[in-house]
Amino acid sequence: MEFKVFNLGLVDFKRAWEFQREIFQEVKNGLLESGLILCQHYPVITLARTANKKNLLISEEELELRGIQLYEIERGGDITYHGPGQLMVYPIFNLNYLKKDIHLFLRQLESITIALLSDFGIEASRYQGLTGVWVRKEKIVSIGIAIRNWITFHGLSINVKKDDLANFRLIRPCGMDIKMTSLETILSRDIEMDRVKDGLIRIFRDTLSVNLKEEVVV
Amino acid sequence: MTKVVLPELGEGIDKAVVSYWYFKEGEKVNEKDDLVELTTDKATFNLPSPCSGTVSEIIFHEGDTVNVGEALAIIDES
Repeated sequence: MEFKVFNLGLVDFKRAWEFQREIFQEVKNGLLESGLILCQHYPVITLARTANKKNLLISEEELELRGIQLYEIERGGDITYHGPGQLMVYPIFNLNYLKKDIHLFLRQLESITIALLSDFGIEASRYQGLTGVWVRKEKIVSIGIAIRNWITFHGLSINVKKDDLANFRLIRPCGMDIKMTSLETILSRDIEMDRVKDGLIRIFRDTLSVNLKEEVVV
Repeated sequence: MTKVVLPELGEGIDKAVVSYWYFKEGEKVNEKDDLVELTTDKATFNLPSPCSGTVSEIIFHEGDTVNVGEALAIIDES
């Protein structure tokens, strides 16, 4: 299987959500085998359809005052926050080319990010059957996907920058009392987002035995 | 009458939770319309309607757990 990488840069959540749907249609119609969308978001909180709104700890008016958007979306999970310090990774992958196994794909996403963090000298792992990737008892990668016609969308977020963690205090991430961490927090130095991106693309390719068709900036 | 059955979703996955019905009992659906959204682990997925007809019975409701192979709904094709 081939995949094409789309770099969107820093964009509104809604723009990336619409772009995911465009690429999803291309994959569904066979114009593209698979796509990998990489971007960063302006501050946004997203709720899964099954989320408990009590996990949002401030009012919607207060969110608006702080310039944080709120969306209810069709991925799995509960509630999460995204901001400019996170690398957003949206694999629009056609599992008909890989294996039609939902949990296997979730475990592969975890393996990919564990390998990526290992390249930065960070020992990360799965934790107590909770989907996502953790460094000791702190979460560094959040995962929530949707699958339609065995094509995946939504995906995962990697906490890269240290300055972006404060807004997680506005929610109970995934409906639990979780402490978040980031690459920069653990390594106590600046980490270039591009370095994380390049490593991630390589590990996606190697872990899933898929070929990079091309990488474009959108 | 056609049963809408929860299919195989992967190794070791024996159940899923109904998260959203796109149709109500009595409504007409077309073949391949998204009928119901289910959740397993941190993933949601949709089941398309296997045929065109009327949703005559919803057996499992939002929040219910369904086992692989069980019928979620019945579609009346007449």
